[in-house]
Amino acid sequence: MVKTKILLSGNEAIAQGAIQAGCSFYAGYPITPQNELIAYMAKYMPTPPGTEAPRVFIQAESELAAISMVYGASAAGARAMTSSSSPGISLKQEGISYIAGARLPAVIVNIMRGGPGLGNIAPSQADYFQATRGGGHGDYRLIVLAPASVQEAYNLTQTAFDLADKYRTPVMILGDGILGQMMEPVQLSGRKIKTGLVKKWALSGCAGRKPNIVKSFFLREGGLEEFNLKLQANYALIKRKEERYESFFLSDAKIILVAYGSMARIAKSAMYQLRSAGKKVGLLRPVSLWPFPQQPFNRRNSKVKYLVLEMSYGQMVEDVRLAVNGKNTVDFFGRSGGGIPSEEQIIGKVRKIYHENI
Amino acid sequence: MKIFERCPSLYDVPTHYCPGCGHGIAHRLVAETVDVLGIREKTIGIAPVGCAVVAYDYWNFDCSEAAHGRALAVATAIKRVRPQNIVFTYQGDGDLAAIGTNETIHAANRGENLSVIFINNAVYGMTGGQLAPTSLLGQKTATSVQGRDKLLHGYPLKISEMLALLPGVCYIERVSLHNPQEVLKAKRAVQQAFQNQIDNLGFSLVEILSPCPTYWGLAPQDALEWIKNVMQKEFPLGRIK
Repeated sequence: MVKTKILLSGNEAIAQGAIQAGCSFYAGYPITPQNELIAYMAKYMPTPPGTEAPRVFIQAESELAAISMVYGASAAGARAMTSSSSPGISLKQEGISYIAGARLPAVIVNIMRGGPGLGNIAPSQADYFQATRGGGHGDYRLIVLAPASVQEAYNLTQTAFDLADKYRTPVMILGDGILGQMMEPVQLSGRKIKTGLVKKWALSGCAGRKPNIVKSFFLREGGLEEFNLKLQANYALIKRKEERYESFFLSDAKIILVAYGSMARIAKSAMYQLRSAGKKVGLLRPVSLWPFPQQPFNRRNSKVKYLVLEMSYGQMVEDVRLAVNGKNTVDFFGRSGGGIPSEEQIIGKVRKIYHENI
Repeated sequence: MKIFERCPSLYDVPTHYCPGCGHGIAHRLVAETVDVLGIREKTIGIAPVGCAVVAYDYWNFDCSEAAHGRALAVATAIKRVRPQNIVFTYQGDGDLAAIGTNETIHAANRGENLSVIFINNAVYGMTGGQLAPTSLLGQKTATSVQGRDKLLHGYPLKISEMLALLPGVCYIERVSLHNPQEVLKAKRAVQQAFQNQIDNLGFSLVEILSPCPTYWGLAPQDALEWIKNVMQKEFPLGRIK
């Protein structure tokens, strides 16, 4: 059992977490700021030729190919992952939709950078809409998990594989360039690599059974609606069971900061500074962005005010507004394109709300 | 004495294909090969996007769909994960030589140990007869109304000849379905492509010139004549590599 604490970047921690979760197939394509991830996989994934259950690394010719390789590997029963950053994730949307449509488990990592277009390589949270609304064509969702530390990136990657298999759905790890690049000590879990999971639906050759078909095409009238209703039932179950969040001082807070990922760390520092100055400020950090955590917004005093902080011009704030459903005031502060809201800016915003309203 | 029977790798169902279409014959060639080689229980087929998307309704073995053009990326992963299985793709000209050109070239260049059945009917069938990368010069389609013009549309793409340049490719042959003699040659080629995979020889591709009477605007018999008299002049039959 590994008990060591080692220093890893967020990208490397995700890769290491995946390997320990039994990821046996990785395909990717280089793009900054997630390059340490593909490099780590290239180094540690491949197994010697002739291995009975091989562990495969492929540098694909494109993001389209990489995600389709993940589709194929998953169809063949492997725990499969790909990773990229924003422009590459846009390309992967084709395959993600097919993966959702074929009910295949898969893990997709997006280490977000600035957009739109080629944008830049600075950290960003501007892909929230794309991640939480499905992103590709059709009526589907993916589970989206947003780590805020390197340790959590490592842990949640393992959770992602378990959830993907449990619900037969794609799961996205949504980080940003800060999380991907920064190094922190990681306590490795004693988790043994899972192999040989039995997936009765997987393609393995039809010895002793009827052929298995992996598909997302339903031509018969009513067939696709029937299938989509099954997908929706699965999503309803995920919503009931898989809301994840972390919270600080919600019980006495007059202003609750809402932020995820790297942004939540800055918000947390600002919150502690404000509390030491006597301001009743709390923090709510969604960990699952889809399903978005509804529970902590329920039954809260309508005088409580929310301040949503994002490295975008306001995407998650829409989910917060849906969650409070008009009962509370929701303010927003965000920067994008490489701009990151600072502690001072957050404190200024909170003091302004305090001054005006409380 | 029984001299002809349905092969176990084909279901006993009618196909949805148009009269005179080549897919029915090509499906059967694959199924016969799978049965002759005794590999039905370890075969995994990749159905394309196009007229043959529901090939798994006819083949009695494990199959996957793939997004349009991505069949060889999907097949690459399945074969790498399950090297003991026999994995093949069945793709049309639009799938393999237009939207999927990148996947095709790179799977071939990696020398993936796969068998590819490439149906070249010089037209997009499922979507209503549009210009394909392999449409002939002068060929009238829904999107080349005056006929394929080299200045507007470029030339028929000879992807098989292009792939033959790659060291990872072990076998390429172009065959045709326009008469029984050629069908027998096609069968031998398909079997060779599968045998190569069993022998771990690398990437094998069989290009099959296949009739599409509906979108060629020809009667089934005339479509076969067109392959013989016109199409195979542009796409000569025989071993390419």
